[in-house]
Amino acid sequence: MNLRRVVVTGLGALTPLGNTVPEYERNLLIGVSGAAPITKFDAEKFKTRFACEVKDYDPINYFDRKEARKMDPGTQYGLVACDEAIADSQMDLEKLNLDRIGVIWGSGIGGLKTFQDEVVNFSEGDGTPRFNPFFIPKMIADITAGHISIKYGFRGPNFVTVSACASATNALIDAFTYIRTGRSDVMISGGSEAAVTEAGIGGFNAMKALSERNDAPETASRPFDKDRNGFVLGEGAGAIVLEEYEHAKARGAKIYAEFLGGGMSADAHHITAPHPDGTGASLVMKSALQDANLQPEAIDYINVHGTSTPLGDISETLAIQKVFGDHAYQLNISSTKSMTGHLLGAAGAIEAIASVVALKNQTVPPTINHFTDDERFDPNLNFTFNKAQERKIDVALSNTFGFGGHNASIIFGKPKE
Amino acid sequence: MSEIAQKVKGIIIDKLGVEESEVTPEASFTNDLGADSLDTVELIMEFEKEFNISIPDDQAENIATVGQAISYLEENVK
Repeated sequence: MNLRRVVVTGLGALTPLGNTVPEYERNLLIGVSGAAPITKFDAEKFKTRFACEVKDYDPINYFDRKEARKMDPGTQYGLVACDEAIADSQMDLEKLNLDRIGVIWGSGIGGLKTFQDEVVNFSEGDGTPRFNPFFIPKMIADITAGHISIKYGFRGPNFVTVSACASATNALIDAFTYIRTGRSDVMISGGSEAAVTEAGIGGFNAMKALSERNDAPETASRPFDKDRNGFVLGEGAGAIVLEEYEHAKARGAKIYAEFLGGGMSADAHHITAPHPDGTGASLVMKSALQDANLQPEAIDYINVHGTSTPLGDISETLAIQKVFGDHAYQLNISSTKSMTGHLLGAAGAIEAIASVVALKNQTVPPTINHFTDDERFDPNLNFTFNKAQERKIDVALSNTFGFGGHNASIIFGKPKE
Repeated sequence: MSEIAQKVKGIIIDKLGVEESEVTPEASFTNDLGADSLDTVELIMEFEKEFNISIPDDQAENIATVGQAISYLEENVK
């Protein structure tokens, strides 16, 4: 089968570091933390009382009130990011065949706030069911893809991938594959999540997954540091316009990067713990390289999953060393979650954008909050600690791993003729 | 205008995101005020909550305009 080339022609982001791509890009390269005390609910009794929330977000700036009321915040974030990405792509939708444009979105959980509010409301009543008629269409995890298609009239393939923290990466791989194999010409992809709620923080706290560094939230996400003690929950959305290369060229689109390949694997080990040897993680990177038809030496930068958990960071590093051998010392590694926190189902989307930002600026965004070396990591690896690093970047790889043992990796290259 | 009528109008303005001037007695929720089937269900639920009554489905089906809602509630709210 003749595979078509796929390029990135539009970006949108609503993140804890900024509500547009230019703001996100600037803060990623400066090395800003998005963590702060939780404002969305009274977290006084919670073990973790901070998160990486989206800042200065008022739905009224983006939606009319009636429209906003029918969407969970996670869906709103997704639409805001899509608006930016579609505007950025400068596609003239009047001139394009909307049957050939689809949406594959990622969401790890769905409308958690909506679910929580409705169930609380019911349980506080006398048993009479008074569920809001918008409860289900606000809460279901697929709905954001539906809203995007309704807003823009995109009639191509439309669905949402759910693989916890790998969701958006799975969405991007699917979207890439649909264009590559000729099923569509343009795909809107990415992911969104809004889990900073009582149920979200309380649930992850119960698993001991979150950092509880309440006295210094901005330093809590510290991947690969000796004193890392869990991830910091984030929220937001990333949107990416993927387009068939000739289609993009024909309309004179600006091309940010080429989507070179994607890999998927499973740990087949445990519901939440990573495989200690990183076997699933090494398999997924190998399979992404194979899909992109690249040797390991081609990779200049790895945007790691690196959530700042004690075990996860170790198994991912082992996997990198296994796959890249000596080349592991030549490439840069960084975890932008040190700044953004962990956006769960949206992580793969904003980290794909971070990888594209790295290619565009020929600069690796840093892993901030490095204070103390952990002897369990090879000191000759370059984790890009604390400060962005300029270097030649032709190819970048982005990893995401999800509860359930889902692994997904994607590879982007600098645009070429 | 009765207190009930005022409350009903307030709910409609809030839930359907329409201007007060549009909320005339003849205005139909679906044809004039842009409500879809789910909006209509939500409106009925809001009336039930606000006036602490239960509106059976067969009667709710006959409430399609602002005026019909006001008269139903004026008759049934104690």
